[in-house]
Amino acid sequence: MKRILNYLIARILLTIPMLFILLTLVFVVLRVMPGDPVSSMLGGHAPQAVIDAKREALGLNKPIFFQYLDYLGQLARLDLGESMNFKEKVSTPILQKLPATIELTLAGIIVALGIGIPLGVRSARLRRTWQDSVIRFFANITYCIPVYWMGLMFQMLFGVFLNLFPIAGRVGTRVDSSEFDRTGFYIIDTLLKGNFTAFGDVMYHLVLPAVTLGLTLSGVFIRMTRANMLDSLKSDFVLATRARGVAENRVVYTHALKNALIPVVTMLGLEFAALLAGAILTETTFSWPGMGRLLLERIYNRDYPVIQGIIIFYALFVSVVSLLVDIIYAVIDPRVKL
Amino acid sequence: MAENMKPTEVESRRLWSPAGALSSAIGAFSRSAKRYRMEWWILVAGLLIVALILFMTFFPGLFSAYSPNSQDGPQLKAPSPGHIMGTDNLGRDVWARVVYGSQTILGVAISASLLSAIVGIPLGLISGFAGNWADKVLSLVMDSIYSFPGLILAIAFAAMLGPGVVNITLAVAVVYVPKYFRLVRGQTLQIKEEPYVEAAKAIGAKRSTTLFRYVFPNVIATVVVVFSLNIADAIMTEAALSFIGLGLPAGIPDWGMDLSMGKKFLPSGTWWMITFPGLAIMLLALGFTMLGEGLAEILNPRLQEY
Repeated sequence: MKRILNYLIARILLTIPMLFILLTLVFVVLRVMPGDPVSSMLGGHAPQAVIDAKREALGLNKPIFFQYLDYLGQLARLDLGESMNFKEKVSTPILQKLPATIELTLAGIIVALGIGIPLGVRSARLRRTWQDSVIRFFANITYCIPVYWMGLMFQMLFGVFLNLFPIAGRVGTRVDSSEFDRTGFYIIDTLLKGNFTAFGDVMYHLVLPAVTLGLTLSGVFIRMTRANMLDSLKSDFVLATRARGVAENRVVYTHALKNALIPVVTMLGLEFAALLAGAILTETTFSWPGMGRLLLERIYNRDYPVIQGIIIFYALFVSVVSLLVDIIYAVIDPRVKL
Repeated sequence: MAENMKPTEVESRRLWSPAGALSSAIGAFSRSAKRYRMEWWILVAGLLIVALILFMTFFPGLFSAYSPNSQDGPQLKAPSPGHIMGTDNLGRDVWARVVYGSQTILGVAISASLLSAIVGIPLGLISGFAGNWADKVLSLVMDSIYSFPGLILAIAFAAMLGPGVVNITLAVAVVYVPKYFRLVRGQTLQIKEEPYVEAAKAIGAKRSTTLFRYVFPNVIATVVVVFSLNIADAIMTEAALSFIGLGLPAGIPDWGMDLSMGKKFLPSGTWWMITFPGLAIMLLALGFTMLGEGLAEILNPRLQEY
């Protein structure tokens, strides 16, 4: 327990400079780089006085260093500022769209692991056979399929031609979505209301986006599981288990797989960034009202405070997930030291 | 596997010269051709795909009779002998746009990868070789950028810089600098402990000589492999940026942009507008990936398990 506690403290201390660097990076990209938010927001024809007043109001006329201090001060108070185009705090639309993104990413992870781990195990067991080759080819090809293109193909095939699945949105028009907005997670809300038809509809809408996102990420998990299973199957403890006469399936799935899965957990943390990026593209393809769509909408509206807020939010999201994954890793693998 | 590795390893430790490198590479290839038949095929297939698309990029006129921007054709016509991949909503020939679009995506992806290599390699080399506080700070910065979702970073850059070929190249390049930095720094850390670097120092070689004549040539082999894989990555990022509308100004044929255009007409069943540009992106990325993976597995058999 003391080991884990020490690890925890050290790991959290390491997260702070990393987060600080990321926040600085966001500031540099959004404020120091060329491109003036105010003039692009007001259009080219605004009178100089209006531009100056807006700059003053946003604190953009101060020297850049003081702007940076303001920015950090605001963040320390957990305040992301106000939207430029709408009368709302930056955090309002973000928190409103976040559940949709989390629902999609979680479903994507489940699909990715559900495909990746079994295929990885199979591929390792049947090493250098045709099945292994097919699985590895599939894993490699998933890297090169743009996630949005796969989404479009699924929409065309299952949505337009076969008319099996809906191709846009989180729920159908027959379901009144304002009825369940307790947590913003439609899966949870519909269940809380006990409305199973609506729950079914939400799940039905989730199928294509989740499969799209999950399939493109499954390749990484196939490769990772395969490589670790190969190591694991070659190791002494598997030999010892076999020698004791344990049934082959039990050797593979209980003894070998358990140990092979530890690095897969780390991979999950590393792949989380890719997952978020994939989610933005999947949201665009399936008109899924999440953070990614929000980001792009606000980029078109040139709503800089919200753009900045969303990117900061992603930075936080990534740091927290990588921290959590490392902690889980430390808990399940007693060999981990910092 | 192990016995096959030895000769290449010894040769790579000789003092580096272009002719020597070439002959040892050819030697390594011919030796490994028999042993790694599968990897060899992957490499050849990758090379073929890349070469074909490069040929198409340089001589588009040989492949398409139409101009990518001429709006003379019928609108939204399904593939037919006249327009083998059909036409889009403005009456442009989809095949012509696929042929000419390769110039855009290849240009951006290759120059972005070059740019990030030019920035990342020297930084990694010097940082790893020096190994002082600056190295620690730089590593922390690069690790932080690396941990951030690359596409989101590119989106932020592209949104700030506005559309344009140069701007999108910069936005893609920023994402991959940490990749080269981390790779080269890691390699440098390993190589600077090798006996031959020690020996160079012992006979009184200057720091710059040690770095550029002894460490750098041994780092560069790994970079070649990563460069090819990086182009595949950059292709995907460029296509994604233009798919979400942050890429290039209208008028430049671009696969990602054509896909987002096709998305609008999807409900009416115009499958040809989305199928072909997407296939092209996949094929191009696959070509560079296979090239990189084939090289990696033949040049560095220790990676083979993965």
